[in-house]
Amino acid sequence: MVGPMTITERARKKAEKLDRLGELSAARDEERGVSLWQEAFRRLRRNPAAIVGTVVLGLFLLVAIVGPFFVPYAPTDTIGIREGLVKSGQGIIPGPSGDHWFGFDHQGRDEFSRLVVGARQTLLVGVVSTLIGLAIGALVGGVAGAAAGLGGRWGRWIDTALMRVVDMMLALPSLLLAVSIAALLGASLTTVMIAVGVVSVPVFARLLRGSMIAQANSDYVLAATSLGVRRSKIAIGHVLPNSLAPVIVQATLTLATAIIEAAALSFLGLGNPDTAIPEWGVMLADAQPYLGIRPALAIYPAVAIIITALGFTLLGEAMREALDPKLRK
Amino acid sequence: MALLDVEDLSVTFRQRGKRTVRAVDGVSFSVDAGEVVGLVGESGCGKSVTSLALMGLLPRQPGIAVEGRADFDGTDLLRVDRRTMRDIRGRDVAMIFQDPLSSLNPVIPIGRQVTEVLARHRGLSGDAARKEAAELLDRVGIPDPNRRLKEYPHQLSGGMRQRALIAIAVACRPRLLIADEPTTALDVTIQAQILELLKDLVRDSGTALVMITHDLGVVAGMCDTVNVLYAGRVVETARRKPLFAEPRHPYTVGLLGSIPRLDAGRGERLSPIRGSVRDVLPWADGCAFAPRCDRQVDACLGQPPQLALTHTDRTYRCVNPVPPAGSPAPASPTAAEPAAEGIVPAQATAAEDAPAAVEDAPAPAEDAPAPVAERATPPAPREEESA
Amino acid sequence: MFRFIVRRLLQLIPALFGLSILLFIWLHRLPGGPETAILGERGTPEMRAAIRENLGLDEPILVQYGRFMQRMFRLDLGTSIATKREVTTEFLQRFPGTVELAATAMIIAILVGIPLGYLAARRRGRLLDHVSVAGSLIGVCIPVFFLAYVLKAIFAENLHLFPASGRQDPTIEATRITNFFVLDGLMTREWDAAADALWHLVLPGLALASIPLAIIVRITRASVLEVLGEDFVRTAEAKGLTERVVRQRHVLRNAMLPVATTIGLLTGGLLSGAVLTETVFAFSGIGAFIADSISQRDYPVLMGFIMIIAVVFVLVNLLVDLSYSLIDPRVRVR
Repeated sequence: MVGPMTITERARKKAEKLDRLGELSAARDEERGVSLWQEAFRRLRRNPAAIVGTVVLGLFLLVAIVGPFFVPYAPTDTIGIREGLVKSGQGIIPGPSGDHWFGFDHQGRDEFSRLVVGARQTLLVGVVSTLIGLAIGALVGGVAGAAAGLGGRWGRWIDTALMRVVDMMLALPSLLLAVSIAALLGASLTTVMIAVGVVSVPVFARLLRGSMIAQANSDYVLAATSLGVRRSKIAIGHVLPNSLAPVIVQATLTLATAIIEAAALSFLGLGNPDTAIPEWGVMLADAQPYLGIRPALAIYPAVAIIITALGFTLLGEAMREALDPKLRK
Repeated sequence: MALLDVEDLSVTFRQRGKRTVRAVDGVSFSVDAGEVVGLVGESGCGKSVTSLALMGLLPRQPGIAVEGRADFDGTDLLRVDRRTMRDIRGRDVAMIFQDPLSSLNPVIPIGRQVTEVLARHRGLSGDAARKEAAELLDRVGIPDPNRRLKEYPHQLSGGMRQRALIAIAVACRPRLLIADEPTTALDVTIQAQILELLKDLVRDSGTALVMITHDLGVVAGMCDTVNVLYAGRVVETARRKPLFAEPRHPYTVGLLGSIPRLDAGRGERLSPIRGSVRDVLPWADGCAFAPRCDRQVDACLGQPPQLALTHTDRTYRCVNPVPPAGSPAPASPTAAEPAAEGIVPAQATAAEDAPAAVEDAPAPAEDAPAPVAERATPPAPREEESA
Repeated sequence: MFRFIVRRLLQLIPALFGLSILLFIWLHRLPGGPETAILGERGTPEMRAAIRENLGLDEPILVQYGRFMQRMFRLDLGTSIATKREVTTEFLQRFPGTVELAATAMIIAILVGIPLGYLAARRRGRLLDHVSVAGSLIGVCIPVFFLAYVLKAIFAENLHLFPASGRQDPTIEATRITNFFVLDGLMTREWDAAADALWHLVLPGLALASIPLAIIVRITRASVLEVLGEDFVRTAEAKGLTERVVRQRHVLRNAMLPVATTIGLLTGGLLSGAVLTETVFAFSGIGAFIADSISQRDYPVLMGFIMIIAVVFVLVNLLVDLSYSLIDPRVRVR
């Protein structure tokens, strides 16, 4: 009587045991087979800051891309003046109403429509200027880093020369640099993008160079060199990809500062002179004379800038944390 | 009475969104005055957490729970309030850490790091403290101590740094010294010097020493009593000699079998323990070592094995222990286990032990090892390389 | 130490030389010139040429540069085209204002940022930590000039707690010695003048402090957290040292290393922010003056100011490096 019971009992236990061992080894494989980026992504998904940042940016992108197709009024339409509602000269700029959710700006244009269309311009300025900075900075830093890390004596010379130039750029206060560039090229949207982009060049250059030199000193490069892999191939195939993480993080963070700096240039009167096309920085700058009458005209674009910049910053910081080898276990 | 009596020490780490980890799971051991006790095990077995728990150095966070008792001369180190613990630390109980470079403050001269403990517990200051510090450095074998006092950790060699750390630890003549892998970060030649130094200090001062290590060589050279830890539990406790002569727990056997030996015959292979520390079963589900054990039987699962006490003052936690030397020679050199590496326990195999265990499999297995232990039959050709 | 300083100063010379060449060529290729700024669009070609000749701008650029360098060696930076005053005079009059403003901002940022970052790290995961982390994230995202306007609108124009513009109340008769208004007031014992100058510094200082403050809080917090996990802190605890000693001697001192570096790097950004803040608060520093000089193509002013700023910037970083070697014995200055 006891016998069969014991046998089934034992069979069941055995099955359980197998299950358990299976789970253990499955869990192990899962832990083993993930790359740096997969692991980082997994940690990003668990980070509330990253989620908030992504949601904010998702909304921003949505508004920037499809928003302009659905705005109630054309952003250039001075409807408020036409209908006699807005008289900026006399200090009459009506606030929110049922038809105009955020009221009018000083030229009688629908503020809400301008904010929505402005998202696209702001995105454009941020992305293009960051890409300019990233492209030049990565080129300079990549060449300097590869030269310093792998290039022998000539490499060190190239590296030193490039870095002196970068240091000189760093020695000038960034806004002064941007202002000078803007003055040189004349006020326009392109100018703003170039000026803001150039300012971030030294940051990207130094970052990529430092990261590449650190990688070039690591053991796997030594291993590849000892196996006879060509230097250029090591630099491009091994060192560069492994050095990109901090640069990508920095690019995300730079998107935030680029939007803010573009606004600062507009504020100094070096932004896009064609204010018909709305851009948050320009709108914020344009609102300054009317702060006493309707401060909301400054607050709307300012808050939009702050929230967007915050989204990029949150995501960037979360990425930095996720990619930090010190924090990985 | 023992100087330190650790009873049923458990440390649990709870983190949101993660599995609760019992890093230390009911560890008990005791240390007599002047005794050197070893805590041995692989990394992750809970030996360092044990020492930090005893020192009260685990972070005080809601997720970290320490249970059990650690009676140190009448004081429970785990229950004492923070201020009293600060008085005890460094004065009565001191600790030596693994990595001497990172364990010394890089921006403060060595001298200051020695004198501050003298100032704290012995009220020494100024020249008196400096003089005492120089004497301490001299005692731990640092040449030219007066010059070294002014130097920074990065200016010292690895061995000198560890000596400085030891000087700090013994500055107040503690009654208990805990050394957490004190030689792991050092060169082999330096390791021996440091171990000699520790031995001398312990002998001269009568300080009890808890030696935490994964290195059985260190154990063989220093310890009076050895506790083998696996997955947060003590799996075997014995005096040094018996432990090396006839390990009973398969894990201990495996540890010993993993050491390369010079006198091993040509072609004889090392017998590593298969798998890694990650293949651990929660103790609640049976023996944590079972997934890696070659002597695994059904009784290993389901319930945690109890500590078995043999008549020779040793305990182990196994339902199917390795028979002691002098147990019957294997009737059939087993083919049951395809473990080709010639794993040591395989020589005395399931062939005869398993049935014994199977008989009372469903029952708690406390008495399962007993018959095995008692069985004393003609001496077996015990392989030297396994011991 | 001494050799280190000398070497760094010597290194400065070629860098400055290179900077001056780049600046010179670049500035002189800016479209339009001072003659446009002076004459506007009306001037005849003859009048333009006369002005250019008068300013020496008709000569080849190399000759112009040579003359500039000649003057440089005599520490003469020339005369402003727009104000007809010596560039050095203009600089000495305006730069102290900017320095006062930047210093105020930095002092606010350090005095608030380091303790806040430290407390946030000690109370990790609690309310104070969350608030300061969120605050520091938002802090870097607020455009400085917008913050300046908000502060001005609230505290100056509505609550009338602080002055809305300027460096000092013009009705106060203050003696000028160094053009650091606060310092002058203290030196001449004109306490009311010093207090008033300080009073004028509060709002622009706060606005300018926002970004450095946010960054210092974040760096301090991260650095303290990292140091708290270091082995030597555990050693200090194992010695039974009191909490205060562990904190001050072992944690804070080590945690300050990255903070010191960051403070040095923030100096450049501070100057950028000062330009914006000065504009909002009509605070007469170099910021607004430089912006004007660019639009007026005031070459001597631009050359002079930018060169001096670059020197100051390098010197500040030299100081930071030196202080770094004082805190961290591992950093050997060679």
